[in-house]
Amino acid sequence: MTIGRVVGNIVSTIKHPAYNRTKLLLVQPLNMDGEPDGATMVAVDTVGAGSGELVLVCKEGSAARMVLGLPNPPVRSLIIGIIDEVKLAEGISLKG
Amino acid sequence: MQLGRIRGSIVATRKLDRLSGVRLVMMEPLDSELRVTGPPVAAIDVVHARLNDVVYWVGSREAAFAIPEPHAAVDVAIVGIVDSVNILPDRNSSFRKVTK
Repeated sequence: MTIGRVVGNIVSTIKHPAYNRTKLLLVQPLNMDGEPDGATMVAVDTVGAGSGELVLVCKEGSAARMVLGLPNPPVRSLIIGIIDEVKLAEGISLKG
Repeated sequence: MQLGRIRGSIVATRKLDRLSGVRLVMMEPLDSELRVTGPPVAAIDVVHARLNDVVYWVGSREAAFAIPEPHAAVDVAIVGIVDSVNILPDRNSSFRKVTK
C-alpha cells in the first residue's frame, strides 16, 4: 500500500465492464515528507474520497477482486481509505 | 493503473494462440498533465481505442484479466478510453479540465 493525494478525476465512457459503476481518481503518490514521489496513477475509489484528500492506495489485484466482487477484474490500484493523519517520528505529521 | 496515449497499432500474424483476435497497440505512458513519462510499450487493447486517444491501462498480472482467455501472456492492457481529466493543480485552486 502507498499513501497519496487525490489530484483529479477521470471521465470515461468506453471501458472494460469491470470498471462499470466505479469512480476513477488520479492519485499522486507521496513520500514521507509529503512530496510527490513518482508518476500519477489512476485508481478506483471504494471509499468516497474527494479531491485534495490524503488517501491509502492498495496496488494489488487480489484486493480488487475482493472489493469489486468480480472473479478476475483487470484492476490493480484501489483507494481503500481516507487518511486523517500520518504521524512520523520527531513530531512530523502529514495531515489529510 | 496509469494514463497513456495510443501511438500506433501492431500487426502480428504469428503469435501465441491465446492472443489471436486480440488487438495490439503501441502506447506511451502519461502523467496527469498528459506529459510522456517513459518509453512506449506494446499493449493489448480491449476498448478499441483510436490513434492519439488518451486511455488508462493496467499492468502486471491483472493485465491478463482484461481478456477472457485465462493465463494469457500479457503484461499491459488498455482498459478504458479517457473522455476528460479534471485536475486540481493545488489544494486551494479550482478544477482545470485537461482534454485530449
